[in-house]
Amino acid sequence: MMVEISFIDTVWVLVAGVLVFSMQLGFAAIEAGFTRAKSTMSIWMKNMSDMIIGSIFFMVIGFTIAFSGSGPFIGDLGHFLLKDVGLEAWDGLAIPGILFFFFQMMFAATAATIVSGAVAERIKYIAYFIISIVIIVLTYPVIVHWVWGGGWLAERGFVDFAGSTVVHSVGAWSALAAVIVLGPRIGKYTKEGVPKAIPGHNIALAGIGLFVLWFGWFGFNPGSELAADSAIAMIATTTNLAAAAGGLGAIIVTWLKLKKPDVGMTMNGILAGLVAITAPCAAVTPISSVIIGFIAGIIVVFSVYMFEGKLKIDDPVGAISVHGMCGVWGTLAVGLFATEGGLLTTGAVDLLVTQIIGVVATFAFVFTLMLVVCKIIDIAIGMRVPEAVEISGLDTAEFGGDAYPDFVRT
Amino acid sequence: MKKIEAIIRPEKLEDVKRALEEMGCVGMTVSEVKGRGAQGGIERQWRGRTYKVDLLPKIKISLIIKEKNAKKVIDTIVESAKTGDIGDGKIFVYPVESVIRVRTGEVDYDAI
Repeated sequence: MMVEISFIDTVWVLVAGVLVFSMQLGFAAIEAGFTRAKSTMSIWMKNMSDMIIGSIFFMVIGFTIAFSGSGPFIGDLGHFLLKDVGLEAWDGLAIPGILFFFFQMMFAATAATIVSGAVAERIKYIAYFIISIVIIVLTYPVIVHWVWGGGWLAERGFVDFAGSTVVHSVGAWSALAAVIVLGPRIGKYTKEGVPKAIPGHNIALAGIGLFVLWFGWFGFNPGSELAADSAIAMIATTTNLAAAAGGLGAIIVTWLKLKKPDVGMTMNGILAGLVAITAPCAAVTPISSVIIGFIAGIIVVFSVYMFEGKLKIDDPVGAISVHGMCGVWGTLAVGLFATEGGLLTTGAVDLLVTQIIGVVATFAFVFTLMLVVCKIIDIAIGMRVPEAVEISGLDTAEFGGDAYPDFVRT
Repeated sequence: MKKIEAIIRPEKLEDVKRALEEMGCVGMTVSEVKGRGAQGGIERQWRGRTYKVDLLPKIKISLIIKEKNAKKVIDTIVESAKTGDIGDGKIFVYPVESVIRVRTGEVDYDAI
């Protein structure tokens, strides 16, 4: 049956998709600011590349794997090369199919771009390129199919409104696999294994990235309603409150722990709040969103210490903590705080159990697949640049340039 | 003749310059330098971890003066560059053999 297209829905989802696109700028800027000047071109190149790959490869095959057919685990080729995706209304929505694709494509590119910060300053460009393609054509679309494409998790009632698990955890667990294969940057650890700070080169650039991400999230979460109804107002509010509470959590924890509030960690805290509220943003009250964000801001600080200190995993921007750990927290928070079916709000356990199953299954699939992919890349062409290249900087060796040719490098 | 070499805080340069000017000591050479004292630098914080910055930015002022003015110049610099905290800097005094003004060929006192 043909559903009538709503033009207000169409305009809203299109604008929201463009807001999600702006997050690419946010990621590129915060990652560039958090890393050294000698890696700046490399950061921007990777961020452009995953947008390029995300656009083209998701059009070719990623979209159909995610949204075609009713198989429990993986989509079929019904929408290969956007077959039957056009101006007609998308199933169950009042927006054109091609706009649904446009919006989802921006999400796919977001999942892929999460990896670039974690692997910064040491990965070979070609290895990153291949990893991005695998994420866009297989890893991400499979999880999307499970949750948003009518797959087995959707059948079980798993709730991930805008993608704490589907987008953020997928990116983060891919990053974790890549970083484990890569190893830490030269100079990150002393001989005794004590982590050292490697200060980023521009906190102001990172700050611009942070606010652009926060801005883009007002498309990411409210846009996922896929309609211009009254719910988008509540979603925008819970999103903003969680971001603010996440920042507050990080300020308080670092102030108590370090005697001075930490600026970079506050940025991570705000992003942690945003990632955490992404799954529950449509299912919780504003007060719950503050609690969810605040806890995320605390989790992210201790998670960064845990990955860097205990696990010896060098993640220069904290992507695994922000998107992985807080993605998990946000997904579980649905099961705790949802006004319908949350453990703390209604006493029901089923939803929380489903959320746990979804989180564990996503980790198992994404991490295992990407670990195998990265190992194969490592054996075939090498994941990591040679030592001399890493020391002189990826920009010169891989891209023949210098981000700041007039400045003395350190 | 003496050469006075003063390592001071960058933010104190304007104060020191003005104080020297007020006592009639105008000519000077200023360089941006990096260095450290007995403390070996300072601690900084980056994303929850502290690290050591072991060479700090400082300003070096060099000036050549008549011997009889040395004490007054040194006192002026100490007074105007001092905050009382660690990192205020040091002053070195050297004997100077000769000074020649390039434009005129004047030497020593005439050239200062």
